[in-house]
Amino acid sequence: MGGAEEVSEARERILAGIRSSLNRGRLDPETEAELRARVAAHRRNLVPARATTLDHQERVELFVTMAEEVQATVTRVTSLAAVPEAVARYLAAENLPAELVMAPDPSLDAIPWETRPLLRIRRGRAEAEDKVSFTPCHAAIAETGTLLLVSGPQTPTTLNFLPDTHIVVVRGRQVVATYEDGLDRLRAAGASEALPRVINFITGPSRTADIEQRIELGAHGPRRLHIVLVEDGQATRSV
Amino acid sequence: MLATSRTFVANARAGLANDNLQHALGLARTGFPLRRRLAIERLPEFEALRETGRSIKDHTLEHLDFYLELYESRVVASGGKVHWARTPQEACAAVLQVCRSVGAKIVTKGKSMIAEEVGLNEFLERHGITPVETDLGEYIIQLRHEPPSHIIAPAIHLIKEQVAETFRAEHRSLDPDRSLAEPRQMCDEARAMLRPRFLAADVGITGANFHVAETGSSIIVTNEGNGDLTQTLPRVHIVMTSIEKLVPTLEDAATLLRLLARSATGQEFSSYTTISTGPRRPGDLDGPEQYHVVLLDNGRSELIGTEFQDMLRCIRCSACINHCPVYAAVGGHAYGWVYPGPMGAVLTPILIGIEEAGHLPNASTFCGRCESVCPVKIPLPKMMRHWREREYAKKLSPPVYRTGLSLWAWVARRPALYHALAEIASRVLGWAGRDRGRFRSLPLATGWTAVRDMPAPEGRSFHSLWAERRK
Repeated sequence: MGGAEEVSEARERILAGIRSSLNRGRLDPETEAELRARVAAHRRNLVPARATTLDHQERVELFVTMAEEVQATVTRVTSLAAVPEAVARYLAAENLPAELVMAPDPSLDAIPWETRPLLRIRRGRAEAEDKVSFTPCHAAIAETGTLLLVSGPQTPTTLNFLPDTHIVVVRGRQVVATYEDGLDRLRAAGASEALPRVINFITGPSRTADIEQRIELGAHGPRRLHIVLVEDGQATRSV
Repeated sequence: MLATSRTFVANARAGLANDNLQHALGLARTGFPLRRRLAIERLPEFEALRETGRSIKDHTLEHLDFYLELYESRVVASGGKVHWARTPQEACAAVLQVCRSVGAKIVTKGKSMIAEEVGLNEFLERHGITPVETDLGEYIIQLRHEPPSHIIAPAIHLIKEQVAETFRAEHRSLDPDRSLAEPRQMCDEARAMLRPRFLAADVGITGANFHVAETGSSIIVTNEGNGDLTQTLPRVHIVMTSIEKLVPTLEDAATLLRLLARSATGQEFSSYTTISTGPRRPGDLDGPEQYHVVLLDNGRSELIGTEFQDMLRCIRCSACINHCPVYAAVGGHAYGWVYPGPMGAVLTPILIGIEEAGHLPNASTFCGRCESVCPVKIPLPKMMRHWREREYAKKLSPPVYRTGLSLWAWVARRPALYHALAEIASRVLGWAGRDRGRFRSLPLATGWTAVRDMPAPEGRSFHSLWAERRK
């Protein structure tokens, strides 16, 4: 097939061009091995001290402060049992329908939704008409108040972007200091070979400043990002 | 996109006389630098991170062939495909081939400067495919058939009344008497107009801020979430990118991400940073079935080892643009092509030729702010000087300018003569301008005096004062 040959020719020509610009041929095997070792080591570069010098409770406080600074809202509860009420109250206060599309993730099964029978819940991916989504997260990053969410059969990505309102449940022990800590948690969870298809770092709701530099929330993604932080006293897992 | 960089002088003059543009630029020139400064003051490690960012990019460029091959192997392993493209034509052809293979009619697009660089929209339209820009700023300028005037805020040249006018003219299905006085209303309107397009698109095209060799991932950074809807909803995701956006590991990407948002908008972190690796996995309920990366060279590989190699570190944050007094005065369209401001003044001659873009590296006050704010420490003024040298060597600058420069150089190489002439000139000018203290016009200097007064020299020259002080 002509097309495929041309493409591979482009590949060879680009690589040959780079090598000629670098004044060398292919790298020698020793250098290649060094580079492979550098990649495999996941060596951290300079990491800001802002969140790394804190103890766990201070880290949680920093996460909340930073998230609220970028217009996420946070409700703090002390057990999973308190989540349905917190969600119902939030929806009522925001004048939103008592209707959720929820990630089909087993980690959410322990939430006693039956205590709020008026809350209608569908589990699956988000569709165009869904107004409110409810998802878990993989980690919460203190340094910038960022949520780390990953895609998977139990955690479809559309939940994070299609509905107007995104509610995320964060367990206290999921709060880590830095992006690197979040990535390590991912690798520890088995993502060292292949990453999840999508990793979303989410910091506040959708926004734009494209018209006269005025910040408006809810450009295309969620207008509201609400975090239900469950502080049930379980110690943080070291990463 | 047809370049108008040749007419920079006329473009700049038009920009200076455009009241709407001047109002819009006024908002930008205070907003961006202030927010950046506040963000950096909160991060004591910022200066050290710049140095780290620079060394990550330099290391990658020194081993770019290795990292590109590793990257491609990881993309393939995760079920994606890399389309290598030497030229804009090859890049466009690769996109078209993928679009045709799935019978695409509508493609949604996240913001991609590479797509601008290769002129993708016009190309797709010519081949019967409708591209829909989804970034609010890009959407506005697409409706107005204008090019972007800024690499992260493409509609920064417009005031809200112009946006309202555009929406009224283009959104004809809506009530013509609706209020469009505030940005809030226009955002809501664009959101409502674009949502069905997101859902209807066959292919979603995004750019990329970084690629990770370790994992074969692409990373996009947005605030609106449009990039994520663009790449999640259609059956096919195409990433338009270029070879220098590669970094070795996720840790390296994390470092550069800490620099990017702070340098660009002064945010601690943009709303959405998304790392994508391959197409939909077994059991996934959403996500694209195909994942393609169109990897553009367009002359970049030839820059390695030249005096322009440092430009390949650029992470497209726009800090240099936001701090440039020339950009702030004339706006982005004056630069006449895809990349404006200091980074454009260096990059545009590389991509379309110094013959086309010779004015751009000359449109600088050499104040050095661009280099001082660059998160990866690109010596932009030095590279603009390299372009001026090349322009001079290629005899592209105007004859009067070249003669004047040769004459000045001849005198400047003879210090005694130079000092004598400078002394005479300053005395004569000082005497002639002794009443007003300035000149409205001067022979041989109308380029200066046509738009501003020339101050008359006062007292003695710096050289003579210096010589006296050292005694």
